[in-house]
Amino acid sequence: MNKRYSYFDHDADIGIIGRGKSLEESFESAAVAMFSIMADVDLLHCDELIEVTFEEEDKEFALIEWLNTLLALAHMKHLVLGRFELHKEGDSWRGKAWGDRWHKDLERGTEVKGATLTMLSVKEDEDHWEAQCVVDV
Amino acid sequence: MNMNLLEKIDDYTWTIPLKAGEKRSGIRLYGSEPLLTSMDDKVLEQITNVATLPGLVGEAMTMPDAHWGYGFPIGGVAAFDAEEGGIISAGGVGFDISCGIRCLRTDLMREDLTSTDLTKLADELSRTIPAGVGREGKLRLTVDELDDVLRGGAQWAIHHGYGLGEDLSFIEEMGKMQGARPENISPLAKERQLGEVGTLGSGNHYLEVQEVAKIYDEKAAEAFGIKEGQIVVSIHCGSRALGHQIGTEYLVSLAKAATRLGISLPDRELACAPIHSPEGQEYIGAMNAAINCAMANRQVLTHMTRNVFEGLFKNVKLETLYDVSHNTCKKETHLVNGVERTLWVHRKGATRAFGPGHPDIPVRYRSVGQPVIIGGSMGTGSYILAGSAEGEARAFSSASHGAGRAMSRHQALKLWRGKQVVQELAQKGILIRSASMRGVAEEAPDAYKDVDLVAEATEKAGLARRVAFLKPKVCIKG
Repeated sequence: MNKRYSYFDHDADIGIIGRGKSLEESFESAAVAMFSIMADVDLLHCDELIEVTFEEEDKEFALIEWLNTLLALAHMKHLVLGRFELHKEGDSWRGKAWGDRWHKDLERGTEVKGATLTMLSVKEDEDHWEAQCVVDV
Repeated sequence: MNMNLLEKIDDYTWTIPLKAGEKRSGIRLYGSEPLLTSMDDKVLEQITNVATLPGLVGEAMTMPDAHWGYGFPIGGVAAFDAEEGGIISAGGVGFDISCGIRCLRTDLMREDLTSTDLTKLADELSRTIPAGVGREGKLRLTVDELDDVLRGGAQWAIHHGYGLGEDLSFIEEMGKMQGARPENISPLAKERQLGEVGTLGSGNHYLEVQEVAKIYDEKAAEAFGIKEGQIVVSIHCGSRALGHQIGTEYLVSLAKAATRLGISLPDRELACAPIHSPEGQEYIGAMNAAINCAMANRQVLTHMTRNVFEGLFKNVKLETLYDVSHNTCKKETHLVNGVERTLWVHRKGATRAFGPGHPDIPVRYRSVGQPVIIGGSMGTGSYILAGSAEGEARAFSSASHGAGRAMSRHQALKLWRGKQVVQELAQKGILIRSASMRGVAEEAPDAYKDVDLVAEATEKAGLARRVAFLKPKVCIKG
């Protein structure tokens, strides 16, 4: 499947899958999947920048850290994010994300409260990566 | 759920027999056959995992509204003995710590509300109560003030003018959970919460104006101060961003602690640490602070609701019937095989349901049992029940908390459009106000289990008995 991101069913919440040619790209796609639950990210101007840095050796915990940090920072700055960049060097992760302030023309979707360890996996399959987990809504 | 894996104890109680060589405690699933048949197999898998955790006392249990959660199933109940290596689990409490329902009784009757009144109420409540993703409250706290909220709970709110002193007697723990440690909560979690006290949130959270449509138990209804035709208000929300952030952070730190302490976890979401360990104690302090945050939040929302009603109806009174939490772990005394023991009872998506005579129940209700509220799903209705003496022995005094989802959000989105759901409910006399039409579609009434079956099964399983059925009239959806 080539689609950058998709969803899978969960009884109460929503499963997200991010894909990419690299590990980092799959994390970026997972972030797009997550914020698309809250708003139509294609309608965002993405002129506000936030930066994320963290240390994590476990790839799966890193996905959770990445998504939850984005959620927390977006929330604190009243932003909805739509574009992401992530770089990894050893266990150090440095990311950037761009978004827009909530405004009245932006239809509000469903609030994502957190990324969870449920169905959490980060795997490489030949030439592409897939990062997935269930997000709590 | 694959019923072939279950063994029937009675019509509303089931177990999973131990396989040869399997090491775990017992399991009990409460509910009718149709409810259990419709449950996901994941509920079985998750409660079986819970039954392997150290220090579990009695059985790991699921309530009739159980569904697939994180680590523990939602509707999961499990008690642990700290002296026997018992654990505390962030996944056993849930992300939205102390999410719960506050029910207010009004002195209005259905005939006092014209359709114009209901429209005005819906519009005014929706303007006043901040709800939905990206919405902040009017109350903006400093970190020091938030620490006071985390220590004081609903008592803090009342002290600052958000409510009445008499509300406190009708909130679990008198509105203030002891043992709160704001210092165990990260600056990020606090920063996220500064504008969130007094907000409803989104997803399945709501504020509903309801009519008492049916009374099942006259004596208990009288004690609860409700009668047929009376208008009540239910507020369903929790500890907002703070609780989520604590859940998120401690889930990872407890998962790492479990590995370090040699606790074998069949599922990483069962992240836990012994109650007596530093990690366990640290989480308990943070969780108690989040419980206070949730109780303060519901108290502020109660105050805002009162203001709206008082603005529209002369001399109206709104009294707190009861405030119950769903996602907690509380230290309680229970009788186990005739012996009193101190246990840490995890109730994730389950309500405490103390029976008659329990000293922690308000004096006014002590002869009939603790009010238990089973929340509905916009269009279907809710129930008020009363805790029973039998429930102590059956489930450490625990009962169901809601209808429980029957369908994924994705399936619901395929079946309904938000506007269509709003129109259909309006035709039934239920006014919905929501900023998110996607949210309304995901939360369509038919995406949930039949709340009537859940309430009936809760009663027949001996967990709590039905007192009243509440029919929705106005719903502010988060």
